[in-house]
Amino acid sequence: MTNAPRLTALDSVHRSLGATMTDFAGWDMPLRYASERDEHNAVRTKAGLFDLSHMGEITVTGPAAADLLDHALVGNIGKVAAGRARYTMICREDGGILDDLIVYRLGEAESPEFMVVANASNAQTVLDALTARAEGFDAEVRDDRDAYALLAVQGPEAAAIVQSLTDADLAGLKYYAGLPATVAGVPALLARTGYTGEDGFELFLAPEHAETVWSALTEAGSGRGLVPCGLSCRDTLRLEAGMPLYGHELSTDLTPFDAGLGRVVKFEKTSNGGAFVGRAALEKAAERAESAPPRKLVGLIAEGRRVPRAGYQVVADGKVIGEVTSGAPSPTLGKPIAMAYVDAAHAEPGTAGVGVDIRGSHEPYEVVALPFYKREK
Amino acid sequence: MSNPQELRYSKEHEWLSAATDGVSTVGITEHAANALGDVVYVQLPEVGDTVTAGETCGELESTKSVSDLYSPVTGEVVAANQDVVDDPALVNSAPFEGGWLFKVRTAEEPADLLSAAEYTEFSGS
Repeated sequence: MTNAPRLTALDSVHRSLGATMTDFAGWDMPLRYASERDEHNAVRTKAGLFDLSHMGEITVTGPAAADLLDHALVGNIGKVAAGRARYTMICREDGGILDDLIVYRLGEAESPEFMVVANASNAQTVLDALTARAEGFDAEVRDDRDAYALLAVQGPEAAAIVQSLTDADLAGLKYYAGLPATVAGVPALLARTGYTGEDGFELFLAPEHAETVWSALTEAGSGRGLVPCGLSCRDTLRLEAGMPLYGHELSTDLTPFDAGLGRVVKFEKTSNGGAFVGRAALEKAAERAESAPPRKLVGLIAEGRRVPRAGYQVVADGKVIGEVTSGAPSPTLGKPIAMAYVDAAHAEPGTAGVGVDIRGSHEPYEVVALPFYKREK
Repeated sequence: MSNPQELRYSKEHEWLSAATDGVSTVGITEHAANALGDVVYVQLPEVGDTVTAGETCGELESTKSVSDLYSPVTGEVVAANQDVVDDPALVNSAPFEGGWLFKVRTAEEPADLLSAAEYTEFSGS
């Protein structure tokens, strides 16, 4: 075993661009290339190019692949049409969230194939859980983490940039859909997904082609304001868009209902007699969330300029009423923002008297509904 | 990047100008500004405050983190740069010039500060 961080296929590209690198889930990843605020704003107004090769791809194939995923995950995966994708979660028997996932259905009914994309930090956990849960199913779970590099092009100019490099019909490619395509002369799975709140694409491709496609996208985007973007702005983009991040808003201590994401749990699914891992606990969690929610996930907007950070306490009347899970200065709002779990009594948008304890001083914050930012369509 | 020869430097990455009429200017280095990333909030000591060499006297917040500001010198604050309070990005764009932080009437000659060459070796940039 070595503790040396893993390098993506684009490592030398990042270094030649002068990126500030950071260790993320055991990978050496670009944090930012220049100003993270400029990178953030480029994605909101033009386009940004990300290396997301740390994400964990797991392929599930075989006649019972859909039944296995319906058993192992909380979503109704059997109902996902070929070429479409779903946001879903994998939970423990006690309902605690192991990870949030995107599942792409690649193969048609006669040769089922799904790609499960896990967070880098949880990829091994998800792989182990899927492998264990596959027992008794005529399905194969394959670790494909090394089989793919992942690039993302995000922002209002993304479609024009990607379209200039492919014959694929992007106008017909819906949000949360993916298709095999040739991009810059290279085979790729081209998906209309992202984690920024903007229109955009994710390209799964063989690592040996990553530099070719990165270069082609950089060139195609040069007249359209595309800039390389690091994980720092990815975090502020997803925070503005109200998207949860595992380890912050999501954890094994919480069920999807606690996180306000109960809609991903599909009790109505009929495969495997309706049974799936975590069902009993999740039914109770759904009831609890309805009748007596312990805490709710809310947005907070600062009235001042000091920035709330994960772990800071949310206070009202001198009492602790919650905890910040993610916080950052929002480039789009021009103010610090945060996501926080707060007691239900203080969770209504507009609740007065809520503050965040920022290193001993109680700074006033406005409680708002998520997301902070929604793009105009 | 180059660290100006005429300044002296602390190991907490602040710089201190030579005194003019007993008053020195304090800022953070370009190395520190680059390490922080985009600075979004600056809290400075107020005019009249006494600052002590090696002790915290304010804070700098960037997108990813918050860092204490240490005074490289002991003395009385005679000016704070309102421009960086209003536009913290100045710390990134001009750390040795328009992004200065505060001015101190120095009480004593500071010890243990580094020359430009020593700081360049210490910080690696």
